[in-house]
Amino acid sequence: MAISLKLNGKDQTVEAEPGTPLLWVIRDELKMTGTKFGCGVASCGACTVHLNGEPVRSCQTYIEDAEGAEITTIEAMGDHKIGAAVQQAWIELDVVQCGYCQSGQIMSAVGLLTENPKPSAQEIDDYMWGNACRCATYQRIRAGIQRASEILEA
Amino acid sequence: MTINTSRRGFLKSAAAAGAVLVVGVRPDGALAASGSRSMLTPFVQIGSDGSVTAIVKHFEMGQGPSTGLTTLIAEEMGLTMDQIGYDFAPSDPQVYNNTLFGPMQGTGGSTAMANSFLQYRQAGAAAREMLLQAAAQAWGTEASALSLQDGVISGAGNSAPLGEFVEAAAQFDAPADPPLKDPSEFRLIGNPDVRRLDGAAKGNGSAMFAMDIVRPNQMIAMIARPEQQRATAISVDASGAADIKGFIDAQILPNAAGVAVFAETTWAAMQARDAISVEWDTTNAETRSSSDIEAEIRAALDAEPTYNVNEADMDAVRAAVDGAETVIEETFYFPLLAHAPMEPLNCTIEETAEGVILLHDGCQFPTIPHGAIAEFFGLPFDKVQIKTVLAGGSFGRRATPQADYQMEAAMAFSLTDRSRPVHLVWSREDDLRSGQYRPAMGHKVRVGLDTSGAIVGWEHRIAGQSILKGTPFEAMLVQNGIDFASVEGTFDSPYQIPSASFGLTDTPKATSTLWWRAVGHTHTAYVMEVMMDMAARAAGIDPVEFRLAYLTGDEADQTRKAGVLKLVAEKANWGNPPEGRSQGIAVHKSFNSYVAEVVEISGTPEDGIKIEKVTCAVDCGIAVNPDIIKAQMEGGIGYGIGHNMRDQITLTNGVVDQFNFPDYEPLRISDIGEIEVHIVPSAEAPTGVGEPGTPPAAPALANAIAAASDLRIASLPMDDNGVFFA
Repeated sequence: MAISLKLNGKDQTVEAEPGTPLLWVIRDELKMTGTKFGCGVASCGACTVHLNGEPVRSCQTYIEDAEGAEITTIEAMGDHKIGAAVQQAWIELDVVQCGYCQSGQIMSAVGLLTENPKPSAQEIDDYMWGNACRCATYQRIRAGIQRASEILEA
Repeated sequence: MTINTSRRGFLKSAAAAGAVLVVGVRPDGALAASGSRSMLTPFVQIGSDGSVTAIVKHFEMGQGPSTGLTTLIAEEMGLTMDQIGYDFAPSDPQVYNNTLFGPMQGTGGSTAMANSFLQYRQAGAAAREMLLQAAAQAWGTEASALSLQDGVISGAGNSAPLGEFVEAAAQFDAPADPPLKDPSEFRLIGNPDVRRLDGAAKGNGSAMFAMDIVRPNQMIAMIARPEQQRATAISVDASGAADIKGFIDAQILPNAAGVAVFAETTWAAMQARDAISVEWDTTNAETRSSSDIEAEIRAALDAEPTYNVNEADMDAVRAAVDGAETVIEETFYFPLLAHAPMEPLNCTIEETAEGVILLHDGCQFPTIPHGAIAEFFGLPFDKVQIKTVLAGGSFGRRATPQADYQMEAAMAFSLTDRSRPVHLVWSREDDLRSGQYRPAMGHKVRVGLDTSGAIVGWEHRIAGQSILKGTPFEAMLVQNGIDFASVEGTFDSPYQIPSASFGLTDTPKATSTLWWRAVGHTHTAYVMEVMMDMAARAAGIDPVEFRLAYLTGDEADQTRKAGVLKLVAEKANWGNPPEGRSQGIAVHKSFNSYVAEVVEISGTPEDGIKIEKVTCAVDCGIAVNPDIIKAQMEGGIGYGIGHNMRDQITLTNGVVDQFNFPDYEPLRISDIGEIEVHIVPSAEAPTGVGEPGTPPAAPALANAIAAASDLRIASLPMDDNGVFFA
């Protein structure tokens, strides 16, 4: 069936069966590969995107539930005020190692800073718990979020 | 059913415009240069437009060689880091071989910098000398009067961008032995402000991992696998998948190890794989359970070892322990562990218009899949090419002696008419359930102490599943029947222990076994460092002082190991933890680097342990990129601690019990506090950093738990053996 999506501010129509995870529509149909497949069961956070500004796991979001919503992916973060600050902090602190989880980490970090502009270390841990990084870049993620908070405050 | 597709032309990249200078080595190792990339597969390519590209022979799984090797070229050519780019090298075992592995291209054993440090600097230095010589000729002066800095050649009253001299420089022979910069002249090597070259792309979604490769007209293939290890497919009924939109076909792989399910999209392939039914032959399938594996290992530890690893007089060592004032004894068990890199395994295979089989892969050991694919298709070596792209982690998993996932792609491709590229994709379940684990291992150690608390005998038995026997690496790394990967970190420890014996017994494998970040050191460091801690406490001697007593020799092995131990003790304020906290320490040499770590915890095993802080000291020779070294220590510590806290792969009647991350829970951000890394200043040659951070982490945690509670954890994971983590 044809489904209308608003992705990164652009209206798109895709052909997808109901029940198809948003992740695979983004990756396989729209060929936008910044959003990653890590587990398929919403347990690693690599596939995190924003639905109406809220982070969701796109591997467990059915396409029909995303119809009409504003979907935002990592590709749009450079033009997003908080997203750009997080990206800048990530580069300053060289947060990434393999980098495969980092799109999802950044999408979650932006979600956190949107609702809490100055999170404590404990608040970061509580919010970011669901985003796994097998390279264990966690302390730089923590520092990166705090640095982004500073950048936004300045 | 055959797969009917239309053949599409393979786009050739347009030939680069302008002159180039390429510098690398010939197969005999001598420096060489050319004006054509087709004449020489180089380490550095310089264009007449001034562009400089490092050709990086090691793959990038996050450990940093793309930045590190590029830094070496930039340093010798006097460039800033934004004046140079990099590409991953093609597969060529003669030129891009790992000089520590022989005629084989591969990344492993934490050797990327160790084997490239001089090679890439020499290539950069040769390019610099040739450019200077060309400029000297143009300006009628001596090369010694000129210098190359920030992309500009200047001196003798002249100045011009290096690109102007590329064409002329390419006419010269490479100097045999170009002068390298003195460390006092380094601007980039050792500079803590040099940032990763892959940082921006990995933060904005543009970095291309193997999973992100989309070839025109590609199909997705997933493999339906048996539940039991080593069962084989007899027949497949794909009718259940017929209505799945995008499903193409399902066929048994040529080796019958699984069924290839082809589809237009990944989601269709996943659904189709669930919908088909496969009949499996379980005649030769694995039927043992983890409890059987553990029983085999524990029984082996109670018997005389098959191999006497250090050719010790075992009876004399036993007598020394038996006659000691105090005997400390412990039996350790380590379960199977999966690597679980963040990017599930995958690769893409296609046939070019020229009849070349081309593999796109985050390829750790290019030579192995290159040879295996050529042999499988009956092609000469030069009719197979590998394009290496970013890998989303590996921890050893992407390097298998059998080229396992690349050969699955090749076998699946062979079932098609080869007109469409095939992207083989694994799910997380495939990753966790398909074998290739850190082997299950056991150790039994008896340590005898005299009345002063000094060690008088150390009787050490190891039993478990060999990694290297039956692989092409056996010839190199198995000697007198002893798999080095089973015992490294024990008999060769820098500790000067009097009267020590190390015995090894192999036990049968239930799954494929594979090197896992730090290989044998993942269990040997745990045993050595927990035993040292137990001995120190039994002797009533501070654990740092106790260890230092066995590191008094003046060889580098002792002085460097003692050096990191003292440094970490100082930086962690050893012996004076904050109120309510306990400390544990461990130190270990692996991959020629020395790492000591102090783990500081709060809580108790019953009420919940919290890892508050980890302090680390590392001596890895010259620190080429200090920040990447720190990152590797941080990551290595997290990898070691996370798995030993709560992960294991178990089997029930030959079937893996774990499916996905919920039952192989990764370390989470809330599990671990601050990690502080200190690098020992050194003028020694660089050594490994990808793996050495891992081995001391778990024993330091175990020793901290013992300090907090007297609980000694000898079987892992910890949360299965009496520890609750808050």
